[in-house]
Order: sequence, then structure tokens, then C-alpha cells
Amino acid sequence: MLSKSHARTFFLGGTILSFAVFLGLSWHTLSSEVPKQTNEAGLTPEVIRGKHLWESNNCMGCHTIFGEGAYYAPELTKVYERRGDAYIKAALMSPVPWSPRGRKMVAYALPESDANDLVAFFKWVNEVDLNGFPPKPKYKVSQNK
Amino acid sequence: MKYKSQKVAYWFFALSMLLLSLQIIYGFIMGFAHMGYDNLHDFIPFNTARAVHTNLLVVWLLSGFMGAAYYIIPEEAENELVSVKWAYIQLISLAVVGVVAIVGYHFNYWEGRKFLEIPRPLDWLVVANVLLFLGLILFTLYKGKKRTTTSLVLTMGLVFAALLYLPGMIWFDNQTMDSFFRWWVVHLWVEGVWELIMGGILAFLLIKITGVDREVIEKWLYVIVGLTFISGILGTGHHYYYIGAPKYWLIIGGIFSALEPLAFLGMALFAVAMYRKGEKKHPNKIALMWTLGTAIVSFVGAGLLGLAHTLPQVNLWTHGTLVTAMHGHLAFWGAYGMIVFAAISYMMPNMTGRKLYDSGNGLTAFWLSNIGMIGMTTAFAAAGVAQVYMERIMGLEFGDVQNEIQVHFLILVLCATLFTTGVGIFIYEFIRYGQPTDEALEQHP
Ligand code: HEM
Ligand code: HEM
Ligand SMILES: [Fe+2]
Repeated sequence: MLSKSHARTFFLGGTILSFAVFLGLSWHTLSSEVPKQTNEAGLTPEVIRGKHLWESNNCMGCHTIFGEGAYYAPELTKVYERRGDAYIKAALMSPVPWSPRGRKMVAYALPESDANDLVAFFKWVNEVDLNGFPPKPKYKVSQNK
Repeated sequence: MKYKSQKVAYWFFALSMLLLSLQIIYGFIMGFAHMGYDNLHDFIPFNTARAVHTNLLVVWLLSGFMGAAYYIIPEEAENELVSVKWAYIQLISLAVVGVVAIVGYHFNYWEGRKFLEIPRPLDWLVVANVLLFLGLILFTLYKGKKRTTTSLVLTMGLVFAALLYLPGMIWFDNQTMDSFFRWWVVHLWVEGVWELIMGGILAFLLIKITGVDREVIEKWLYVIVGLTFISGILGTGHHYYYIGAPKYWLIIGGIFSALEPLAFLGMALFAVAMYRKGEKKHPNKIALMWTLGTAIVSFVGAGLLGLAHTLPQVNLWTHGTLVTAMHGHLAFWGAYGMIVFAAISYMMPNMTGRKLYDSGNGLTAFWLSNIGMIGMTTAFAAAGVAQVYMERIMGLEFGDVQNEIQVHFLILVLCATLFTTGVGIFIYEFIRYGQPTDEALEQHP
């Protein structure tokens, strides 16, 4: 029969081993793979300022990016490709809530320079290699709207 | 209750119930917003409501865990808590940090990182608070007569939870790195060290309620927390599939996270088996129901509904949709909400000396809250699955899809009303117990 000390050894051994493997893989991921997949050289001062704006306004409180965030407003990983800069800037600089399909966005009325920084951030995000996310739809339904 | 200082638990539970009530209010605000009634937009936009909802969740659970620890550790260590005064200071500082953060969210003072919205300067206050808490627990344990496995597992969970908060405080320019370390907090908490806290509290409750021999319970506790870490640590990879990390995480994360439900299955089988084996029939049936309930509902919410979207082939389509919210609700409720309710149900009669546990109210609270939460989960599931098909597979616009699935949020709000009624009755009973008293002290054996 399994004894308590066997059980303890299973717990301690399993934990230490898993954690060691996890640290090793994390190290490999962060030191050699992420810089390539995310094009770290492309992290210009504008992109970084854009990320600050993304965080200080809690955009993730409504939207997702890389599929992380809230489910109230559209996924923005590919927004640069989908809408282009003019549309994005209009949404960010609008003095009244942006509301193309009923739901309201906060009216940030950002100055143009901030809007440009966020566009730079989205452009960088757009190019990160996400192993195929977001997937392409299997069908393209035509919408009569 | 065996030691006078165990009474501090009461105030942590009271704070916990207060914050839970607030959390629910903000949940309704979001439920209505999803239905198309975003009438509070100018004062409480969705992102504010969401940050408040999820942060209050974490704080009421932590307050509940801390209360349970203040009750359990003196009893297990056979020693009074080293300082009751400092425990109250810790309680007040926890409440203050929580309230300041929540108020800040209404004034654009936050960091938009899901679940870690507390701004970094305030993070340091959180760290100070948790260090004070851990100091009191560790010192009590150190001075105590006994160091049981139950108390060690519980304490280990609390210490690791504190340590894992730190990676979330580092700033990264790269969004992928940011996300990578955010999961060290979020995932390694709920699918790692918090399971130790849950396991420790569960073992304590089972020892008390079923009367099964401590050696047997603690042996299985080791097996369960062993399974937790073996699957959960590498299981972190299920969050690394699609954030800009390499492809090997699809294999590693897929395999190990698919094993995670075993720990929850272990917890459920363990609780039921100990209940069957137990000779002692403890009169506190309500505490028993919450104890068995948490073990079973966590297996469904975290184990099965987690498994439902954890494989990379599935997660590619469901990642970041309402399917995630479906799982998040039942998992948090079953594993961590219900264990706090179990601890409160067991501890209140002992601290106040009033044995109100054979009232019908306790049963009503249990069934209404659970049926309500299962209904909410179903509503999120319907909305989420419809969203995945329409938006991800058919390629419809996000906003058009959301307008189509509004009706599921009506169901959500109706079920949330049932849930809230159940929780309301539970809190009513909590208040009826009144405050703890030294007269409830048992004679030392
Ligand atoms: C009590 C334990 C658990 C709790 C409280 C919990 C809660 C959550 C929450 C809140 C999220 C959303 C996190 C975010 O986006 O920041 C999430 C995501 C996820 N959980 Fe869990 N979970 C638990 C256990 C599990 C288990 C055991 C599994 C797998 C078997 C699992 C699989 C997943 C997956 C795959 C995601 C990512 C969903 C996505 O891609 O959007 N969870 N969980
Ligand atoms: C009773 C009323 C409740 C309602 C109406 C409600 C509703 C909601 C809504 C609408 C969201 C936002 C989803 C989005 O981003 O679009 C949310 C998020 C969340 N709620 Fe609740 N909720 C309630 C209670 C609870 C309870 C009791 C818990 C935990 C035990 C909980 C845990 C969560 C979590 C973890 C999230 C984040 C989920 C994720 O990001 O995947 N909620 N809730
Ligand atoms: Fe996870």
C-alpha cells in the first residue's frame, strides 16, 4: 500500500522536476524564440508608447489582443490589417463614443500623436507570429448590411 | 473553537461577504451591457465594471482564505496566533488597499492587464500586506507544538501565492513577454498554488467533519497536490499557444493541461470516499454539503469545462471568446468560492457558539446559488458557442454576432438573480450568527 512518505516523495519529486523543466523551456522561449517571433527589433519608441497607452486606458477591459482580455468589443490582433490606420485613428480621436454597431466605446478623444502611437503598436502586434491565430474563417458569409 | 485568537477569522469572512456582494452588483452591470442596456456607460464603462468585478473576486477569495488560515493554523499548530492586534491591522490594510484600487478604477487609475489591473505603486502595498499575513502565520506555526501536513500544505500554498505575485509586477516593452509572465500569476495561481490552499482547507474540514484518521486524509492530500503540480506547472503552456511563443508549447501545454482535471477528479473522489468512510456523523450538515459540493463542482467547472477547450485544435477557435467566460465562472465558483463558503459554514457555529445549521435557509442557499451558477454557465456556453460558429467559423462581424446573441444574456441575468438570492440567504444566515465570543471556547482535551 502507498504510504504517506511515498506520497510526500511523489509530491516533492514531481514538483521539483516539473518546475525545473518549466524554467528551462521558459528560458529557451524568452531568450531565443520570442525575440524572433515578435520581431523585437521592431519595438520602436512609438510602439512602446502605444503599449503604455494600451495599458493606462485598460483597453483590454473591453477588447482582446492575442486573444486575451474581455469579450465586449472586437479582437484587435489583426485590426491594423482589417481596418487600416485612418479608421483606427477616427475611433481613438472621436469626441463622442465610437459606436458602429450599437455598443459604445469610451470617447477617448486622443490627440493625434497618441493615436499614431497606438497605430504603431497595432502594426507591430499585427506582425507577431502567433502560430496561426486568429484562424481564417472557413466560410465567408455575405452580410446584407 | 479551541483558541481565542481564532476569532479574527470572523472579520475576514465578514469583509469577504461584503466584497462578494459588490462583485455581484458589477456583474449585473456587465450582464445588462451585454444585453444592450449600457446605461451607466458615462459613469461606469464596461472596462471599469470588469476590472472591479474580477478584482473584487480575487480580494474576497483571498480574504476568505486568510480568515480560514487564521482559524486553521492555531488549531493545527496548537498555539494561539502570535498577535491578534497585528492580524486586525492586516485586515484593515487589506480592506484599504482593496477599496483604493477599486475606487481608482473609476478614475482611469489602473494598468490594463487582465486580472492584474492594480497599479504598480499599489502593488507594493499588497506585498507589504501579504508579508504581514505570512509573518503571522509562519511565526505561529514555528512557535506551535505541531506541524501537521494539512497546515504545511495550506501554508505552502499561501507562501507560493505571494511569491508568484512578483513576476506580474515587472514591466516589459514586449506584449508577448508581458503576457508570458502574466500567466505565471494567473495560471499558476488558479491551476497551481491555490489548489494547495483549497486542498489544505478541504483536508482540515474533512478531518473535522468525517472523523477519518488524519494519516489517511493527509496521505491522499499529498497525492492530489502532487498531481496538481505535475500537470499544472507545464500545463501553463495552454496559454502560450497563440501569444507569440514557439510551437512546442502546443504539444507540452496540450498534454499536461489535459492531465490537470486529474487533480480535481482526485479531490472529488477523495472527499466522497472520506465521507463514506467516516464513522462520525457531524451534525453540521450544511458544512458537509459545501465541502462535498466544492470538490464536485470544481471538477465540473475547472476539470471538465477546462478540458473542453484546452487542446490546441479546439482552443484555436475558442481562445478569447465567451467560451472562456463560461469556464471562468464555474471554475472560480466551484473551486474557490465554494471552499470559502464551506469554511465559513463550518467555522461560524464554532466561533459564535450558535448552532444554526439545521435551518432550511442553509439548504436553500446552497441549492439556489448552485443552480443559479450552473444556469449562468449554460447561458455563457450558449453565447460562446454561437459566437465561435458565427464569428470565427462563418466570418461574420464581431458586432453583428454580439447583437444576435444578446438573448443569452437575458438568461444569464435571470440565472444570476437565482444565484444572487442564494448568496443573499447565505449572507443573511451569516449575519444571524452574530459575532464570535469566548464563550464558544471548547475545553482543551
Ligand atoms: C480552479 C481552477 C481554474 C480556474 C479558477 C480557472 C479560471 C480561468 C479563467 C478566469 C480563465 C481566463 C483567464 C484569462 O484570460 O486571463 C481561464 C482560461 C483557461 N482555462 Fe481555466 N481555470 C481553472 C482550471 C482549468 C483547468 C484544470 C483547465 C484545463 C484542463 C483550464 C483550461 C483553461 C484554458 C484552456 C483557458 C484559456 C482559454 C482561452 O484561450 O481563452 N482551466 N481559466
Ligand atoms: C451573479 C452575477 C454575475 C454576473 C451577471 C456576471 C457576469 C459577468 C460578465 C458579463 C463578465 C464579463 C465577460 C466579458 O468580458 O464580456 C464576467 C466576467 C467574469 N466573472 Fe462574472 N458574473 C457574476 C458573478 C460572478 C461570480 C460569482 C464569479 C466567481 C465566482 C465571477 C467570475 C468572473 C470571472 C473570473 C470573469 C472573467 C472571465 C474571463 O475573463 O474569462 N462572476 N462576469
Ligand atoms: Fe490555465
